[in-house]
Amino acid sequence: MTKTIRNFAAGAAMLALAACGSSEQAPQRLTGIGATFPEPIYTKWFSEYQKLHNEIQINYQGQGSGAGIRQVTDGTVDFGASDQPMTDEQIAAFKTARSSGILHFPTVLGAVVPTYNLAGISAELNFTPAALAGIFLGKIKKWNDPALVSANPDVKLPSAEIVVIHRSDGSGTSFVLTDYLSKVSPEWAAGPGRGAAISWPVGLGGKGNPGVVGLVKQTPNSIGYTEMIFAIQNSMPAGRMQNAAGKFIKATPESATEAAASVPMTADFRVSITNASGDGAYPISSFTWLLIPDKIQDAAKRTVIVDFLKWMLGPGQSMAPALQFAALPAPVLEKELQAINNIQ
Amino acid sequence: MATTPAALPDTRAKFIQRVRTGDPIAHTITGMAAASILAITGLLLYHLWAGSGLPRETFGWSFVTGSAWDPVAEKFGALPFIFGTVVTSIVALLVAVPVGLGAAIFLAELAPRRASDALTFMIELLAAVPSVIYGLLGIFLLVPFLQTSVVPALTATLGFLPIFQGQFLGVSIFSASMVLAIMIVPFIVSVSREVLLAVPQDQREAALALGSTRWESTWKVVVPYALRGILGSVFLALARALGETMAVTMVIGNKPQLSSSLLAPGYSIAAVIANEFAEASSQMHQQVLVELGLVLFALTVLINGAARLMIYSYKGAEK
Amino acid sequence: MTLSFRRRAVNALMLTLTGVCTTLVAGILLVILGYLAWNGATSLNLNFFTKLPAPVGEAGGGMANAILGSGKVLLVAMLLGVPIGFLGGVYLAEFGAGMFSGVVRYVTDLLNGVPSIVIGIFAYALVVQPMKRHSTFAGGVALGIMMIPIALRTTEEFLRAVPVSLREGAMALGASKSRTIFTIVIPAAKSGILSGLMLNLARVAGETAPLLFTAFGNTFWSPGWLNETATLPQMIYNYAISAYADQNRQAWAAGFVLLVLVLGVNAAARFAIGRTPARGRS
Repeated sequence: MTKTIRNFAAGAAMLALAACGSSEQAPQRLTGIGATFPEPIYTKWFSEYQKLHNEIQINYQGQGSGAGIRQVTDGTVDFGASDQPMTDEQIAAFKTARSSGILHFPTVLGAVVPTYNLAGISAELNFTPAALAGIFLGKIKKWNDPALVSANPDVKLPSAEIVVIHRSDGSGTSFVLTDYLSKVSPEWAAGPGRGAAISWPVGLGGKGNPGVVGLVKQTPNSIGYTEMIFAIQNSMPAGRMQNAAGKFIKATPESATEAAASVPMTADFRVSITNASGDGAYPISSFTWLLIPDKIQDAAKRTVIVDFLKWMLGPGQSMAPALQFAALPAPVLEKELQAINNIQ
Repeated sequence: MATTPAALPDTRAKFIQRVRTGDPIAHTITGMAAASILAITGLLLYHLWAGSGLPRETFGWSFVTGSAWDPVAEKFGALPFIFGTVVTSIVALLVAVPVGLGAAIFLAELAPRRASDALTFMIELLAAVPSVIYGLLGIFLLVPFLQTSVVPALTATLGFLPIFQGQFLGVSIFSASMVLAIMIVPFIVSVSREVLLAVPQDQREAALALGSTRWESTWKVVVPYALRGILGSVFLALARALGETMAVTMVIGNKPQLSSSLLAPGYSIAAVIANEFAEASSQMHQQVLVELGLVLFALTVLINGAARLMIYSYKGAEK
Repeated sequence: MTLSFRRRAVNALMLTLTGVCTTLVAGILLVILGYLAWNGATSLNLNFFTKLPAPVGEAGGGMANAILGSGKVLLVAMLLGVPIGFLGGVYLAEFGAGMFSGVVRYVTDLLNGVPSIVIGIFAYALVVQPMKRHSTFAGGVALGIMMIPIALRTTEEFLRAVPVSLREGAMALGASKSRTIFTIVIPAAKSGILSGLMLNLARVAGETAPLLFTAFGNTFWSPGWLNETATLPQMIYNYAISAYADQNRQAWAAGFVLLVLVLGVNAAARFAIGRTPARGRS
């Protein structure tokens, strides 16, 4: 009997302890959810911002662009994040659900690179748009196909069969790649099309960027695609893509920023920058966006969001290159600073 | 204990006395707990049904028989996933049940008590390894092991069977089944061992006294006595295998296809839901995934029902 | 009387096979635990247990909030799921008979087969959407629902395993049915029921998918029960699939810590309740 009472008391004490919050000034808490690709830079930003403003805690979780769109529409989070812009359908659904509009704010740029596993070849292979499309369509089956050999005269490509590796989970990375392929290959556009999750004509599916990288590492003569950061961090070879100007460009923060600069920006910032026309532009680049409702009831939250956006477009941008993200080009920055005023 | 009053003329007084013993209260409270499980599951079923209206109208029954999976063109068919789920679970059971039961028998009947306790303790710990770590271990340890040691031996000896033909790229239905088998073995070992231990000693002694060998007394007397509990553990294991998500998606290859070979990549219902739900942004895509949850529920109903029928008829035939 | 050669051979063979099975399982176990320990223990330091997660590139981060968060979510899950499962198991073993019991048993097995991610989606619709916020409580609801089937099945099986003679003895001495159950039968089965509870807790402690949409995750501390919280399995998932080797190492460390914590709770519970010699009761 006494044992039970003792256990009860211990349990009650633990409950009380766990339930008591911080006794000083209650922190201003915001939550956001969305794309996993920019998560490293977002967590860095929110951590730095909290150091500047001690009482503001912005909690971001990367669980996928779809989750971001869904939950910001549900109202269970304060803001969302996505690697692909919301469709007109989704914006209309948001209006119906939350009776306000939703604004897109580009934050950083990323690039998708083809990565491969060929014994003895660590050089950067060149890929033409047609070659890449052909490989993922399953039309180009061997590594020594003329399309690949002609772009890489100095490399001895084996006659082995290509094993294609793609994403099994829906992802912004897949969206960017398929968006690009749809633009450069009519056959791709008519077939699999663009989307975060599509029906892949050939290949194995790996879960997440690390799943793809892992499979490529383990499977000889394989090719996959992944965010530039993953290739760098895992020391995987990254192919060079031929851009619209005909040059073979390596993916770097600079070539991604150049791609963004060479595409005219729309008023709502929902623009695709794949297959950009700049001379040094990397053709498989993309923005990633924060999704912010344009009417925010809570005045305190509104102030925090507006202030954070301004900070993000200022000192925040300078933190991007250290984490291998590309900063936004100047004209886009200016437009965004103006657009912040639309948040009421 | 309250002493019975000398005379109990009313039923009311009798009723009060019965209530004092606590029986009706215990009966009611525990009964309510049991009923609440029905309520929760019913609510879950309702949510699955309500959340999948769009695809049910659009596809009807062809959803279960179709094999296309094209989120862009919005053509969906569940057959490859049903196939993958069923095959991986069955193969996992075929491996885990004999091994698990064998280990349980050893630990319950043959091993010295302390060693048995310690080993079981550790085996139960296997159940605590997070699913995602099983997936990682699957990729880093199991798949290379299968590629270098197990599959070459299998194809050399049993390669004439269609289930062991074709190229083995590592990630496959076979790999997923093996990972599942490892994940469900702790349930079988732990529960079976406890039930075997609970069999009264006189059962064993009677069999031995009649001249049976150790094995015969175990297999023909002790195990049948504990069969009910052992089957319960198999059901638990089966359920876990059907619903396992993370570990499976990392080693199954994630290719929605039907194949006669275990060495080919495949896909399972739980894996595709986990892969696509976070990014599914169109109404139809989301609801299709919910409908897949409904399909898995129906599948579980069928498999559990069939298994129970089999056991019932087996027991009936015995009598 | 000498046994036939065949019977002796079968005896020796089968008994050896069971030993082989055990060695196989134990071997796999050692490989897994060893690999986890090797990769995980080397990344452990004091920071891990005391600090909040740091962004990539900054040293000195930890998972203190995730450890506490996991503890809180599991506590809620146990308080919700175990009583329902346990009492339901008592009903099925002691009071039940007939169709209602059969249906309950069947439905419980069905619930057990629902993928954890579907339970997470269900809990999101049930708790998070109406409350318009993610919370420790929602995570606990999701995991609690997952605990019910195992709690029920194991309770029922182990109560049934208690010999009838024990019950009859108690009733012969004048105990009512409920008194018999709660003072005689349940204590006799407590070792098995506890073992089932540990198995249950262990399984649920490592689940990630249901927590993604309910507890949500948190880079900061989570006061109370109604805020989002970080949990160990989710941190493991996030860090294991990240691009950065440092975070990958932390994922292994977290996996190791999770295992050790479950081991610790397991050991403490067994010590507190004590194992009764179950073999040969009659």
